[in-house]
This record gives sequence, C-alpha cells and structure tokens, in this order.
Amino acid sequence: MSLTHYMRAMLGIIGRELWRFITQRERFISALVRPLVWLFVFAAGFRAALGLAIAPPYDTYILYEVYITPGLCGMIQLFNGMQSSLSMVYDREMGSMRLLMVAPLPRWFLLLSKLLAGTGVSILQVYVFLLIAYMYEIEAPWQGYFLLLPALMLTGLMLGALGLLLSSFIKQLENFAGVMNFVIFPMFFMSTALYPLWKLKESSKILYALASYNPFSQAVELIRFALYGQLNHYALAYTLVTFILFSSIAIVGYSPSKGMMARKGIG
Amino acid sequence: MSNTVALSIENLRFAYQGKLALDDVSFTINASDFTFLLGPNGAGKSTLFALITRLYDCREGKIALNGFDIKQQTRKALATLGIVFQQTTLDVDLTVQQNLHYHAALYGMSRKLAKSRIQEELERLAMFERRSEKVAKLNGGHKRRVEIARALLHKPSILLLDEPTVGLDVQSRVAIVEYIHYLTAHEQLAVLWASHLLDEIYSTDQVLVMHKGKIKAKGHREQIVAMTQTKDINTAFAQLTQGELS
Repeated sequence: MSLTHYMRAMLGIIGRELWRFITQRERFISALVRPLVWLFVFAAGFRAALGLAIAPPYDTYILYEVYITPGLCGMIQLFNGMQSSLSMVYDREMGSMRLLMVAPLPRWFLLLSKLLAGTGVSILQVYVFLLIAYMYEIEAPWQGYFLLLPALMLTGLMLGALGLLLSSFIKQLENFAGVMNFVIFPMFFMSTALYPLWKLKESSKILYALASYNPFSQAVELIRFALYGQLNHYALAYTLVTFILFSSIAIVGYSPSKGMMARKGIG
Repeated sequence: MSNTVALSIENLRFAYQGKLALDDVSFTINASDFTFLLGPNGAGKSTLFALITRLYDCREGKIALNGFDIKQQTRKALATLGIVFQQTTLDVDLTVQQNLHYHAALYGMSRKLAKSRIQEELERLAMFERRSEKVAKLNGGHKRRVEIARALLHKPSILLLDEPTVGLDVQSRVAIVEYIHYLTAHEQLAVLWASHLLDEIYSTDQVLVMHKGKIKAKGHREQIVAMTQTKDINTAFAQLTQGELS
C-alpha cells in the first residue's frame, strides 16, 4: 500500500462528503438556519438582558451577538459532528460504512479520513454562517478569518470524534432526538457558547465546574480567540488532548474484535 | 477448474451474544469455482461473510484469501476481494460513475485507470450509457448491476455476493446469475454466492448447505440429492434444514 493509495483514498472520502453536502440543498439550508435563528432571534432578544464586561479576546464592550457568534460556530460543528457520525451507523449510511471498512487500508486511517471529511463540511458551513453574520455587521479582524481555519479543523475533528465514539459504543441512542437531549443540549448549554464562565460562576459553582471541563467550552474558546487573531493555549491543548482521547476510543470501538462491530447485529 | 486455492476457511467458530453462530465451518474455494452457499435465514451466512470481510474478528479458526491470513495480512487479503452486500451500499444521491470513482479511490486507483476500468465494467453490464444518472433513478436490477461492476473494478480474484438477487424480477435475476457464472468460467474468478433461491444453482456449482451455523452438506447439486436420497435439491435442502425452507 503506497502513500499515493492513502492520498487517493483520503481525497476520495473527503470529495464524496463535500459533494454530497453541496448537492443536498435541504441539508445545507437547515444547517445554516439553526445558528442564524439563534443569532437573529435569541441573541437579539437577549442583548438587553445580559451585560458583558470586557474580557479577552475582546478589548472593548461588545454586543451579545458578537459574543455568541463563536459559540454558534461551535454549535454548527457540534451538530455536524454528531449528525454525520450517527447517521453513518443508524441510517442508510450503514451500508457505505461497511463498504469503507472493507477497503484495504488501516481502519484508523479510514475513520480519520471520514472525520476529516465531516470536518470539511462543517468548516464550509461555519464560513457561510460567518459571511451572513458579517453582513449583519458582526465583524472580526480580517486575519482572524484565516487563523480560524486551523482552529475549526481541530475543533471539528474533536467533535466529530466524539460523535464517532458515541456511535460505536452507545447502543441505546438509536435516534438523533436522544443524542440531542442527552449530548448536544447539555454540552451546548453547559458551555461558554452562550455566556462567559464568570457569569456562570455567579449563579452556580457546579455549573461553572461542569462548563470549565466541558470540551465543547474549550472548543468554543479556541474558536473565539482564533477569530480575534489570538491563540488560547489552554483551549488548544485541551481540545487536542480530548481529540486524541475520543478518536482513540472510537478506533477501538470500530475495531473488529471490540466495540460496535462485535456487539451489534450484522443485519 | 484450477487448483489454486482462492478462499480457505478452517475450523471457524463464532459466538454472537452467547449464541453459537458458526460451528466448526471448514471449506475451500478454488479459482474458477462457483460456490453456492445455501441456507435458510439465520443459518449463519451473513456472519460468515462478516468474518471473511473482517467486519467481525475471527477468534477461533482461520480464514485465508489467496494465501493471505485475514487477521495477519488483512489489507493484502482484502485487496483481492470483491463484495456485493445484501443491502445496497450505493450512494443514491451520487451518479453511477461517482459511486464507482469513490470505490476506485478507496482501492488506490489513479483517475485515469479508474475511468477506463469503469467504462470496461459498465459496458460489460450494459450500464455505460447510464453512467451519469443518479443511482436513485435506477431500478433494483440496475442498481445490482452497478454494484457488481463496482465489486469487480479492482480486479479481485474472489467475489462474495450476499443474496444478490433478492427482490429482483426474474429477468434481472437470470441475467445476473448468468453473468457471474460467465466470470468464473472465463476469468478464473472464485465466487461465493449466498442465497436461499434454489433455482439459481447450476449443475456445475459447488453447493454448501448451511444450517444453524454448521455445514450440513458439500458437493455438486446431484451429489447432494444422492447423498440425501431425495428426488431434487428442494427436498434435499428441506431435509437438511429440517423443513425450514424459507
């Protein structure tokens, strides 16, 4: 198996995923509607209720819409990560997952390529969302839009790996509604996506602790700082470590002798 | 018939959730052999396929494809294998050729080679004209043809087909059965065809009758009929599977 083989396979997997996403217009629109509703409706309504002090990476007072934007970028990736990984197992994608698993390449490589493909799709969504936000006058420094790319890559991989991990181990989560209630919503609400950590600390110590250790919070912070041209080292390390952890467990979950493949029926 | 062993299964045992799904299964398939794996639903056919393709890990027993052990030399073994799964694994949102190019990429084929191989395989199955159509627009028989073309794209020496004709009309079934037999006769392809449709068996085929995870009988159709002292393969199969014909 040559390096060219690996490259061709990876490009094939990524290309297929991107093409599917572009051609599925409903999926593209629904992926954008969710964060836009949060931005235009929720954030606009909350603007008056929530006062934000100046805190890094911001060097001035900001509107709530500005604060929430990186969190919504994270939200896009969170939904995308869960959706692509879970549909892979439970929906009609099960067949194509089988096809992928029998390709003559190491399984870890195939799963990583699949993760990269999902991340690519989520990055596209985030940039389209940011473009619309820009037109709504939520502007970040121009260099931030470039620095954001590697950050989104890592956060997308981490959230995709989490989805993959869940899909390989949790048998009960047969549908997306279950994942919404037990994973996406708790992760999203117990994070810094909607309110800063210090605000949470004022209301509940437990919530504060949960939000601090929530990998989604760190992903959002990595995105937030990158968008303003800064690097949050702690968030970077935290996201990197959780990505390695989640993807390692997911790979074990997809190995032929353990996890999903050994426990689920063949059909 | 060639004597080159394409697929060898030795003393395979596999338990699934405490239940024995395969019990001491052994057989070999040579190049140019068309082997018909016959068994009622739940006999263990799909489990056997999952083990050969390494979706499951075989803990007891040995599987070798063209001499490559599936556990030790997984990638080399899988590279010689073509598979048509029971349920369709085509992406219905993509066109025929996009589906095939995706498969070619997974097997490391260059764009140029993939293009010529796709044309070759689709032309043989009279599907080349429809290469730019979305799979969603194809009927069941045509989808199956595309899946067969895809499985052959990387020129495997072993082809596994899991109930490939289920749900198809008679004409499509006959065409597919004939085409695969043609490949064994003319291109030295070794075929393992799982089914419970007895009328698909040719007199030259090797037949393996599987029931409750065990191989109950091996041989040509006439040998099995003689062995069971029955009048035809239908009754022989019914007897071997204790009336559980499905």
